Amino acid sequence: MAEQERARRKTREGREGAEEIEETTVAEADTEAVDELLDEIDAVLEENAEEFVRNYVQKGGQ
Amino acid sequence: MALRKVLGTETEYGVIIRGQPDFNPALASALVINSYPGDRVRVQWSYEEESPGRDARGFGHEGFGVADPESALVNAVLGNGARLYVDHAHPEYSSPECWDPLEGALYDKVGELVMARAANRAQATLPEGRRLRLYKNNSDGKGNSYGAHENYLLSRETPFGQVIRFLTTFLVTRQVFTGAGKVGSENGRPPVPYQITQRADFFEEVVGLETTLKRPIVNTRDEPHGDPGKYRRLHVIIGDANLSEVQTFLKLGVTALFLSAMEDGALPDPIELADPVKACWQVSHDLELRQPLDLAEGGTATALDIQGRYLEWLAKYAERELDEPVWDRVIDEWEKTLELLETDPSRLADTLDWVAKRRLLEAYVARDGLAWDDPKLRQLDLQYHDVDPASGLYHRLVARGRMRRLFTDQEIARAELQPPEKTRAYFRGRCVSQFREALVAANWDSLVFDIGEPHLKRIPMMEPLRGDRARVGPLLDRVADAAELIEALGG
Repeated sequence: MAEQERARRKTREGREGAEEIEETTVAEADTEAVDELLDEIDAVLEENAEEFVRNYVQKGGQ
Repeated sequence: MALRKVLGTETEYGVIIRGQPDFNPALASALVINSYPGDRVRVQWSYEEESPGRDARGFGHEGFGVADPESALVNAVLGNGARLYVDHAHPEYSSPECWDPLEGALYDKVGELVMARAANRAQATLPEGRRLRLYKNNSDGKGNSYGAHENYLLSRETPFGQVIRFLTTFLVTRQVFTGAGKVGSENGRPPVPYQITQRADFFEEVVGLETTLKRPIVNTRDEPHGDPGKYRRLHVIIGDANLSEVQTFLKLGVTALFLSAMEDGALPDPIELADPVKACWQVSHDLELRQPLDLAEGGTATALDIQGRYLEWLAKYAERELDEPVWDRVIDEWEKTLELLETDPSRLADTLDWVAKRRLLEAYVARDGLAWDDPKLRQLDLQYHDVDPASGLYHRLVARGRMRRLFTDQEIARAELQPPEKTRAYFRGRCVSQFREALVAANWDSLVFDIGEPHLKRIPMMEPLRGDRARVGPLLDRVADAAELIEALGG
């Protein structure tokens, strides 16, 4: 296992350098996309979270 | 060569009618089942023991006794070979018997569509202000859990003691890639803000028969739903219900592969944990995936260490013994998943429910400055699992292309109507579509017809791989009605 693990780590290190720059740009675009997603989700959530959660009781399951 | 791992899933969905605090969950579940608008027959579900068939193709028939008439009210068999019914206080979808993990993941996903369509139609019958919701999850966050079970065909020759010794550690450690994520902990386990699985907190025994209390990691229910002299059905109750298609595929695929290798004697000695029950929640509570687990032989290993060893063994086994491409896909997906879990789990946000949900919750925590015990996070947790495409958060992620998928909407819609072709589910599904008037009762291993004679006619299906399209397709194409079918099968 140790040998396989080393081999896996090695490939990983090689990949990481190249991916770093790309990931920064992706991360910025993603922050915007996540903000939009959260706005969209806000619109489908029921208003009273506490009541929503409190009322959900499921007895008699396997 | 190990017996083919025919497999399937059974999922209890959470149910609530919002705006009606005193709603009755059993009645709400019955309303859902009876509202399903798709291809289905309401039948009695027979529980009695079967006897072997006489027909050379694996079918036979004989007079039929008594089934439970009450069960017909809340029991349906679908044109795709699945079962839709009320189990305890939940609507449940049991997939048809599937040929491989890819098909298994597809028919599991169909269950969500079936539930969403049923709920949608049930909703139309409710007074204004009441909203019926279904959740594909496993916990209400208040100490009540409901199951998402997996079934795998095993040989009767496989000693159950061997299953227990090999499987316990596998099931505990696979949680790192089977979890659907949960805010908080339950059932007296140590408090955590968030954990990997919905189910881990509820497991209190290593081995046992129970499924509703003192839940065991390895369930010993011995109900083969097939020839009891040849088969076992392994009933796995420790998994989470997954929304991610890739994750369901991974869960079914890796487990089927593990069981095949075990039956073929291709696994070295079992890796045994000192305290599997403790390890179960320890793995689930450790978001860093670094928790050392005590081994029975002394020393420790993490869940990822142990899964890495299984991967090494099973990759060799698959290469040597299995030539279908689906198993390469299982191995590739598993290897990639374990690697990312070790280096950067957040990169699995498009693959694993627990990571996808965590990322969503963290975004809310960051934007709104929420504490982890804020009810809003529990609300988001629950709503991730809502089967309604309009309000379910998993669906919102899919709509924005943030989840990897294995199937198109068209493939899922088609599998709602058509059964798998290589198992006995084919025969069951075709009979539902073709002979709905005559079909009066069913079980996994038999169908019962009323063809207007003094006795009902039962067709046993004791072989999970017979009744497939190759064997019965031409016959079903040829016969005009159930009476002709019975006659063609030998009287």
